[in-house]
Amino acid sequence: MSEEPDEAGDGPTDDAPTGDDRTGPDQADPQREYSTYDQARWSQDGVYEPLLAEKDSTIVEIGGEGDTTDAERGDESEDTEGPLPDDLTRDSLELPGLAEPAVARHYARLSEMNYGVESGPFPLGSCTMKYNPRFTEDLARRPAAAVHPDRSDRTVQGVLGVMHGLQDYLARIGGMDAVTLQPPAGAAGEFTGIHIARAYHEANGEERTEVVVPESAHGTNFATAAMVGFDVVELPSAEDGCVDLDALRAAVGDDTAALMLTNPNTLGLFERDIEAVADIVHDAGGLLYYDGANLNALLGRARPGDMGFDVMHYNVHKTFATPHGGGGPGAGPVGVTEELAPFLPTPHVTRAPEEEGGDYELVEPERSIGKVHGFHGNWPVCLKAYAYIARLGDPGLRDASAKAVLNANYLASQIDYEVPYGPFHHEFVASAGDADAADVAKGMLDYGVHPPTTKWPETVDEALMTEPTEIESKDSLDDLAAAFDAVAAEDEATVAAAPKRTAARRIDQVAAARSPRLSWHDLERE
Amino acid sequence: MTRNTDGTPYAPHTDAETAAMLDAVGVDSEAALFDIPEGVAFDGAFDIPARNEQAVRRTVGRTLDRTDDLTEFLGRGHYTHYVPSLVDDVARRQEFLTSYTQYQPEVAQGFLQALFEYQSMLVELTGLDVANCSMYDAASALGEAATLSQRVRSVSGDRVLVPENLREGKRATLEQYARGPDLTVDSYPTENGIVDVDGLAERLDGDVAMVYAETPTVCGAIEENLSAIGDAAADHDALYVLGSDPVALALLERPADVGADVVVGEAGVLGVGATYGMGLGLFVTREEYIRQVPGRLVGAAEDATDRRAYTLTLQTREQHIRKERATSNICTNQAWLALRAAVHAALLGPDGLVDLAEECVRLPRDLAARLTEISGLQAPVNGRHHFREFQVRTDQPARAVATDLESEGYAVHVVGEHRLQVCVTDANAHAVDGFVAAMSEVA
Repeated sequence: MSEEPDEAGDGPTDDAPTGDDRTGPDQADPQREYSTYDQARWSQDGVYEPLLAEKDSTIVEIGGEGDTTDAERGDESEDTEGPLPDDLTRDSLELPGLAEPAVARHYARLSEMNYGVESGPFPLGSCTMKYNPRFTEDLARRPAAAVHPDRSDRTVQGVLGVMHGLQDYLARIGGMDAVTLQPPAGAAGEFTGIHIARAYHEANGEERTEVVVPESAHGTNFATAAMVGFDVVELPSAEDGCVDLDALRAAVGDDTAALMLTNPNTLGLFERDIEAVADIVHDAGGLLYYDGANLNALLGRARPGDMGFDVMHYNVHKTFATPHGGGGPGAGPVGVTEELAPFLPTPHVTRAPEEEGGDYELVEPERSIGKVHGFHGNWPVCLKAYAYIARLGDPGLRDASAKAVLNANYLASQIDYEVPYGPFHHEFVASAGDADAADVAKGMLDYGVHPPTTKWPETVDEALMTEPTEIESKDSLDDLAAAFDAVAAEDEATVAAAPKRTAARRIDQVAAARSPRLSWHDLERE
Repeated sequence: MTRNTDGTPYAPHTDAETAAMLDAVGVDSEAALFDIPEGVAFDGAFDIPARNEQAVRRTVGRTLDRTDDLTEFLGRGHYTHYVPSLVDDVARRQEFLTSYTQYQPEVAQGFLQALFEYQSMLVELTGLDVANCSMYDAASALGEAATLSQRVRSVSGDRVLVPENLREGKRATLEQYARGPDLTVDSYPTENGIVDVDGLAERLDGDVAMVYAETPTVCGAIEENLSAIGDAAADHDALYVLGSDPVALALLERPADVGADVVVGEAGVLGVGATYGMGLGLFVTREEYIRQVPGRLVGAAEDATDRRAYTLTLQTREQHIRKERATSNICTNQAWLALRAAVHAALLGPDGLVDLAEECVRLPRDLAARLTEISGLQAPVNGRHHFREFQVRTDQPARAVATDLESEGYAVHVVGEHRLQVCVTDANAHAVDGFVAAMSEVA
């Protein structure tokens, strides 16, 4: 990767970070040389890499007196008229029109201004940013996987076979009886699971109006419950960071449709009272929903189904290493107990008995909630997850949780920041103390690591929620710890001025939200 | 320094390192790190064997290959255009493929810019002001539009109107989204594949919050009444939501010019290809609804050197800030596919996009003309202009024709007892001669 600093030439040299102007905390930790990182920074005429629209803008007229598209090109064919009457077409289209080499260079440069898992440690708490094995990409691109969703079942036995296989794997891993792959992301999995809870209660003639969510839960839990039409009851945590059983008893009742819970919770703590929690919720007639965001901690060690959960989602882009792709696509399969299986979305993959040929088929579950995706969900992502699980098998899955938990504990032991809650598992939440956690994160960017999730959960002041995952070696964890400690040792002014080595310097997000500019059209209007 | 090979191949620890780390933590085994009560500890097995990479590729590949190799003439909401090689190459760069949502914009400028450019392309294509970085698919984008109607002050009512021929999977997804806010999904009539405007008007009243129409429609017809539908919706203060896709939008009437308030649809027609239905939901709306938009938005910003940079913005709409008062629960979306669609669009440029769109009109026209010459077939079923696809009336039972076609190596939709639907684009145009020959055999 070529990285061209922009000091030379006509760039805005005065303000350009040089990468050398950082007052280094070299002496902060004599034990450890910290790493630094100078990200590529392309710029031209005082802006970073220009927009496609600044490189070219071409207007194509449509319809009217013949089709200028063809005319301009000197197309010899007679068909210079557009194929549609004018009143069915737009007048013109203005977009960048670049040759392939220019497009390739544009995106190559953009890629150089982006940090990925292979760039360095990516310990975003609750996000489980693992290495994404590349052979799964190759499998997902096989022509036999590239089919249309309306093909007849008998002609897509390979696709259905893999889907059935993944349903089976996930059921075993989660201790559930049936699994749907239709939800296209974790939040969509929650949406599916809570709809299943709603349908289940309705089928029992019960109108339950509330979903209970711990205050430290993922924002999606609250939003999902509201989207499905429930009132959200927020549950305060006990002093030890876990569910407060008394508060739970007070919160649940005849109106409770479900409790949504993550285990280990957001602080990385295993909810040791989970069986009591399950009893309290079930005694009230509610269902227990498992948010699979933190399942990586438990692979082969404990299963939601065994803890009393009735319905759960899996985040395959977390636990099963499918790439997050800068924001998706993920997949959020949902597992349920036998009692809830009739409510799963339609269609569902099943297998005919051996004596009837053993074919895979799509069927509609008896009391299906309906659909949560226009077709079958994010199939290529599910295929990658299946391949990952098939690669690791029992020993690999069990080792993944072991190393994920070991890494989190080792890293926590090596940093200067206080970690108020334990014993934690795959992630820990440190406190930046008097410092602003967001500033600490910006400071870390210059040390070749991605910072942790910041300022959440709110149970910890100035939270630095850190999840290194199993993929980091001792060496890279030492690097990561050095980055934490380097920033901890920096004075306030230095941290406030960070980052300096990244493609862009500190970005003013508040101003951006005050006057939103969401397209290059908005920029032109300025 | 040998790595432990009994565990996950993607953890780099040597036994010595593991021992040193355990020592540093102050425990004597990995198991001691787990604080799991005995009652819920799992000591069973999944019975999933570990395999090496080659073995997984072989095993999974063998399963996948049980799928028949058919040439697809299939559409109805999931379309394939040829995806240039560069799209895959760009998208597979680890900086894009393996990165996360851009919570630290200073190290994620590349992806943010690509998404900003994606949003801008959709703004150009629709003529509306605000595009988000993606929804899951066209169906969920429609569902989100329905819930948006409930947050817009000028709109009242709790019924959403959709065409009677709306694809079943899309309607079922919409109904799922409608259930929470207690919306009723009703249909209005269509006539020969496009909206029956008088029929729509009869269904409209003050209780209607949203009118949804599509172009092209589910049977491939190009809608001819877009402005009239918009006027009818506006007369009743209903949100006008239009479904389309970026290739069609390159040629057909601009949504802003026909009064659309929201455009939803399938942007995965660019850059994605056949994926058994994985989508890329596009969602574009007017500036006045900007604070009600679901999903991620990328905005321009300034950095400490006053240079233009990009960041996720207006995040107070979103679940991680606003919790149960968020505009949607969406978090992970389809960003990587938005990148792919943008690269594809950039490669086509406006000329290429318009050419492709015009091909999507000519190809079905030509194919329909050839099919209708075959005894036992009439195509297209209605006299409309079509985009990518059209319906064919069969004298024989359509199911039998389709099954026979599968034996000949082709897949088409069965949409009625005597009705097929056939989709042709640049991706399968090379197979048209063979397809027509097969049709002559089986029709």
